[in-house]
Order: sequence, then C-alpha cells, then structure tokens
Amino acid sequence: MVKEGKKMAKQLTIFVENRPGRLSAVAKSLRENKIDIRAFTIQDRGDYGLVKFIVSNPNQAYLALANLGCACALKEIIAISIPDKVGNFELLTSALAENNINVKDAYGFVLQTNLKGVCCLEIEEAQSAAAQKVIQSAGFTILKDDELYNL
Amino acid sequence: MDVPFWNREIETADRSRLETIQLERLRETVGWALKTPFYQKQLRQAKISSPDNIRSLADLRKIPFTTKDDLRINFPRGLLAVDMKDVVRIHSSSGTTGIPTVIYYSKEDIENWTDMLARCLFSTGAASADVFQNMMTYGMFTGGLGMHYGAEKVGMAVIPIGGGNTKRQIKTMRDFRTTVLHITPSYLLHVHTKLEEAEVKREDLVLKKAFTGAEPHSEDIRKKIERIWNIDAYNSYGLSELNGPGVAFECVYKNDMHLWEDGYIVEIIDPETGEQVRDGDSGEVVLTNLIRRATPMLRYRTRDLAYLHTDPCPCGRTHRRLSRIMGRTDDMLIINGINLFPSQIEEVVMRIPEVATNYIIQVEKRGDLDHLTVKVEIYPKLFLGDPSQLEALKGRITEELRSAIILHPTVELHEPNALPVSEGKAKRVIDLRPKE
Repeated sequence: MVKEGKKMAKQLTIFVENRPGRLSAVAKSLRENKIDIRAFTIQDRGDYGLVKFIVSNPNQAYLALANLGCACALKEIIAISIPDKVGNFELLTSALAENNINVKDAYGFVLQTNLKGVCCLEIEEAQSAAAQKVIQSAGFTILKDDELYNL
Repeated sequence: MDVPFWNREIETADRSRLETIQLERLRETVGWALKTPFYQKQLRQAKISSPDNIRSLADLRKIPFTTKDDLRINFPRGLLAVDMKDVVRIHSSSGTTGIPTVIYYSKEDIENWTDMLARCLFSTGAASADVFQNMMTYGMFTGGLGMHYGAEKVGMAVIPIGGGNTKRQIKTMRDFRTTVLHITPSYLLHVHTKLEEAEVKREDLVLKKAFTGAEPHSEDIRKKIERIWNIDAYNSYGLSELNGPGVAFECVYKNDMHLWEDGYIVEIIDPETGEQVRDGDSGEVVLTNLIRRATPMLRYRTRDLAYLHTDPCPCGRTHRRLSRIMGRTDDMLIINGINLFPSQIEEVVMRIPEVATNYIIQVEKRGDLDHLTVKVEIYPKLFLGDPSQLEALKGRITEELRSAIILHPTVELHEPNALPVSEGKAKRVIDLRPKE
C-alpha cells in the first residue's frame, strides 16, 4: 500500500474540441506556467477529445487551465514502475485479471530502454485499493505522486 | 384540361356571393367566440357584444388580432366555446415555452374541415379509384388525421402508414399499388434515394400524384420531385389554428393555392404596422376561421409571409390563390416538416446542469433531409474527466431534446466559452440549408 504522507499520483484530464489549435492552446498554458510534461495520451471521441497528462505539478497545471476556462479534472491513477522486459506487462495484467479487476484506461511509456518503464492505470474507485494490493503482490512498485512527477 | 369540382357551385361562386357567405358565417363565428372568456375580452375592446354589431365585412378589422401567445396564455380552455360533451377531437401542438396550444373540434367542425379537404384533393384530380398513402405523422398534429379524413371522404383507399420507416413505405407503395402520397417534400426526395435499397424500381410503382406540405419549398423543389418521380406534385397550406391542412390547395393548374374563402377570411398585413397591404403585395397572412364552432379563431396572425394573386385561375375557381410561403416573421424553423422554435431547445439545454448556458442550433441538408445539430458547452465545474460521463451527458441531452421537439438531433459537446457569445439578442441559429 501507499506509504503514509505520500499520495496517489494524479492525472490531469482536459476536455478539448477536435479542431486545430486546441492542443497548442493547452500546451501554451503549460509552458507559460513552467509545467513539465512527463507523458500524455489523447482519447478521440469524435467531436471532442480527452487529453490526459502526467505533469510535474498537476495542481498548478489544473489551476492555470481552469483559469483559462478549460474543463479539466484531476484524477487519481495508479502509476506503476515496471522493469522494461518482455512479459512484464502480461504479468501485471494477468494478476489484475485473476483478481477480476477491470482496467478502465491505461497507457505506458519507457523511461530507460531495457531498464525502466512506467504504466499508468485508471481503475474504478471501488477496486482501487484491491488493485494496489494485487500489483504490489505481483512484485511491482507503485510510484507515489512526487516520484512520478519528478521522474 | 379536365377540371374536377367537388362543389362547383361554391368553388365558382362570384365575389358578392362569397362575401355574403363570409358575412353570415363571420356573424355566426362572433356569436360562438362570445362564449369564450378570451374573445369576450377581445371583442369588448372592439365594442362588439353581439353578432349584430358586425354589419359588414369591414367590421372584422375592428377586432384585435389573435396571436399564438394568446392561445398559450389561454391554455387549455380559454378559447373553448362549447360544452365538452360536444367536443369530438382535440389537437395540440408542443409549446415554444413549455405551454402547448390546443384546438377543440365539434362533430360539425370535423365535418366542415373534412369537406374542405375533400374539395382540395378532388380539385387535383384525385378520386375514389385512388389509393392514398398518408406518410405524414399522425397523432396530435393535424396533418395526419386531417388528410386521412379528407381522403376517405373522397372515397380513396387510405393507407394510414404515418411517417418514417422508408423501406416499408416503398414496399407498401408497391404492394398496395399506391397512386397518391401525402408527404413532406424533403422526405419525398429522400424516399427516392432509397428505392434501390428497398429493391423496388420506379416501374414497379403506379404513383401518380403527391400532396406536399408542412414545410415551405420552392418551385424548383417541386420540379425536381416531379422529374425524378415522374408524378404531379401539389402544394398545400394549412395550420391547426385554422383546422389544419386544407386551408389552401393547388388545383390541376398548379399555379399556387386556392384559399377557400367560404371557410376562411384571409388578410395580408404589414407585420410591423398591422395595416392591410395593397392588393398583390406580400405580407403576413392573417386568417379568420368561419367553420369551427368549438374553437373560434378571429384574425389569427400566422407569422407566415406570402401574397395573394390578383389574376384569375384558368380552372374557373373564384377563390383567390395564396402564394408559396416566402418566410416567417418569427424565428420558427421548419425541420423535416416539424415546427421548431429555438426557445424549445434552450429550455431543454438550460435545465441540464452539466452544460453551460451558451448553445448553437445548426440546421443543414444531409442528402435531401434536414439535419439538426445542437452544440452545447460543458460546464467546467461539473467535469469529472470521465469519457463515460460525457457520453451519458450527450445521450441525456439527445433524449431530452427528442422528447421535447420530436426531432432527433446530433448533440455536440464543446469547450467552455468556445461557442460564439452573442451580444444582446442571441443569434444562436445557423441555418446552412441552401436558400431557395
């Protein structure tokens, strides 16, 4: 489980219309506020998209974007440190599957090739605690918020 | 050309005879109107307390106009002039501000209306040997049932299929050897594009005519319909405040619509001043119903813009002809034959907390049909970052709009403050349909 005093990692989700210029407007605001981007992914939903960011300071980024009038939200996610090795993603997902834990959304990135990767999972709140237990039992480390932001 | 008459005597009556009938029926109508709380007030203003105060047709102009708002404010019984035991039909339209309007009909009212419709249909050459497929929506609208009764009165075989389900419509045309359609012009064009899909060829059908109505359309659209379908298409005009369809209808000459002046008194006014325009000039159509007892209607402002032809029609009918509807004096939209006020959409949008107050209504042609898109902004404080929340929100807005306006819109979600903000009077409607 997550150690005391440390919080779960947060992901910043931003609602953007599916048209040119919207991403750059978000990027500009992040740059102006000296926010460093660790990872991002975009979900296309037709007329709009959801941009999900892992950033150096999610609270500050949220306030900056909300100030601009953006619809954005901070969500707790489970960020897992995974050694970059064949079969590790299967190990993680099968452990979750065996415990009947559903993954709502996920994305991953490699930090150092052949050494270290990160996997971010969105899990239904009711299953979050159980999921963290399962992940740790499978031998993976869950990154605390500041660990993730300062990768 | 063969010119059929349902009631030759009345349809060709000279002006003075028509005016005599109008005056007699206007007096009768004023008598009925004086039984309603609403018209008691209106007529008192005009110092009319008895039908005897109407000495000539010119006295009509003393009576104040009746508006759609009057109907709403007096919903549901302020214009009811008979006992409920004498009412045999109620038609209602959805309101623009949540309050609908209602029209009551007595048995005799339905008979009068039906007779006018029979006259309309017969004047196009439709007759008892025809098979009539009524593709208009039934229910609370007058378009479906009104024409149904008229067609039965003529003796046609009526197929009460109602709107929608295009493949079934086409198969029905083939199986029952339909000869006459009642349909909106946009839907008629759309149906043609689905023939192949329904595996029916035009040669398999014996269609001869279509009565097109419920939405304004140009002469070009008529010509296109006639060309691609190889049928005669007749324009029609009506509104529930004046019974429903059958107020005016084209005859075999198809040179605009004879307005039955023994049933309705038509005035064309300047919508700004309320004054009568010169003969032949265009303006707002104002109609008085002379043949409905249960819900009398005096000088109703239709908001439709049109003019009256001054030259006679070669068919020999003396009832003047109303032009195609050229526009509206209000912001009402007509989408696939369904009347829609932007305020109806606003009302739905405003009661959903997850959307902000700005919205845009966009109408465009997709193929031959109108398509409605409602764009709303999401309200940032209630955004949870969840795609399922957004999809549920879209679904909910779509469903609430559908039940409020009958049409099925596409709902688009937009970022807060992304839609153009309108200063003063909101310009929230973008109509991209080609202007005719």
